[in-house]
Amino acid sequence: MIQLFLRDLGLSVRSGGGFGLALIFFLIVVTLIPFALGPDQTALAVVAPGVLWLGALLACLLSLDRIFGLDFEDGTLDLLVTSPLPPEAVYIAKAAAHWLTTGLPLALAAPVLGVLLNLDFETGKILCLSLLLGTPALSLIGAFGASLTIGVKRGGLLLSLLVLPLYVPSLIFGAQAVRLAGQGLPYDVALVLLSAISLGAAAILPFASGAALRINLR
Amino acid sequence: MNNRSIAPTFWDRFWRLANPKVFMGWSGRALPWIVAAAGLSLCSGLIWGYFFTPDDIRQGSTVKIIYLHVPTALMAINGYLLMFVGALVWLIRRQHVSVLAAKAAAPVGMVMTLIALATGAIWGQPMWGTYWVWDPRLTSFLILFLFYVGYIALWAAIEDEDTAADLTSVLAIVGAVFAMLSRYAVLFWNQGLHQGTTVTMADGAQQDNISNVFFQPLLLSMAGFGLLFLTLLLIGTRTEVRSRRLKVLQARERMG
Amino acid sequence: MIPDLGKYALAVNSSYVLSLLALAVIIGLYVKRSRAVKRDLAAMEAVHDA
Repeated sequence: MIQLFLRDLGLSVRSGGGFGLALIFFLIVVTLIPFALGPDQTALAVVAPGVLWLGALLACLLSLDRIFGLDFEDGTLDLLVTSPLPPEAVYIAKAAAHWLTTGLPLALAAPVLGVLLNLDFETGKILCLSLLLGTPALSLIGAFGASLTIGVKRGGLLLSLLVLPLYVPSLIFGAQAVRLAGQGLPYDVALVLLSAISLGAAAILPFASGAALRINLR
Repeated sequence: MNNRSIAPTFWDRFWRLANPKVFMGWSGRALPWIVAAAGLSLCSGLIWGYFFTPDDIRQGSTVKIIYLHVPTALMAINGYLLMFVGALVWLIRRQHVSVLAAKAAAPVGMVMTLIALATGAIWGQPMWGTYWVWDPRLTSFLILFLFYVGYIALWAAIEDEDTAADLTSVLAIVGAVFAMLSRYAVLFWNQGLHQGTTVTMADGAQQDNISNVFFQPLLLSMAGFGLLFLTLLLIGTRTEVRSRRLKVLQARERMG
Repeated sequence: MIPDLGKYALAVNSSYVLSLLALAVIIGLYVKRSRAVKRDLAAMEAVHDA
């Protein structure tokens, strides 16, 4: 499982692996927001937590079909699933690799991009923390969605449709935590609930995705 | 001498419906009665509610929307529950009738959700001033609508019937967990802002000690919508069972 | 016959009209598909039995 994890990491970092793509997309989205909403600094600061969380979420979404897609196309996935490694482990390794190459960089980049939206440093720290706690859920849920749509041709849009409603609780608690922090209110409940979602996803989704992988690769 | 009763229990007879022939036979016989009962209760409930109930002191005549909003909201949730149970039974016992029932329930549940959303928004507009407010109840139904759409889309996207049944069932179960999660998240999200405008019109009306004047036609209406749901569920499942048999025959034809 | 709904007439009436329309659509779709599949299956089984 570790080997699979490292292999996926290596694959994504190499050229054509799409490593920086999520970050670039995040940057573009954040840059577009002031054009859409107007340059008023205070207005931007108000929407910054939500916009940044949403941008990170959408950037995560972009790379989801790569999780299983490439290996499915060249037959590697069949080999992986029939190997002694249980499909649940395949899922975990791939979701973990996705998080490390997408969720983690996004979480670290977010406060920096927050500067573009007039987000102050203290709130930026909480933004980073909330994304660190929340993006694992995004990777886990996203990989689950990807496992469902493996065989669907051009299933990118379907994948988004399935995954986005599942993202709602994480988005709510994550963005809310940052908003509360910005207003000086206590945000620990939101962060705890956010973490609970990530942990819960890690507990149940491997079994669901394992089942989906077995079903799709029969 | 065996003391155990050998008479079939309700559940024994219920599970016999898993056999497609038994199901088609029973549903075919029951359907006319169910349709009649649905038509009767729905029409009388709505007619009574629309024409023969007084206005509410605070809400005026908009209280009449309750006869649409509450039953459809209940059916919206009911539909997803049915999908969840059908999915579970399919994954455990692999009985086609149950997963086909889930498949048939989905569009009905989706339409019920839409009606609940539309009537909820229209009901709230005179009170809130805008057509949409991110009230926890309406927001949860919007998310539920998205779950329905995803489930139906996945069914449509996968060609092999049994694979589609398996994958959509996994989705329905995970979705149910997240749907419940979303409900609490949305409550937190709205109240967490301390805005205090968490108006839940339907709750307000129900807790507002509804007198019999409103409650009786509401009961009729709820029965009507429930029976209508059952009607469409049975029609839809019968169609799916037939459709499956049709595909089997067509495949046999192709193979010569 | 139609009760005096006062200023909320549009709200109440549009709710009823939209809801009944939506119900008519879903009922119509389900019944239509049911009949089509029933017909196709009967045709198929006639050929099959023949």
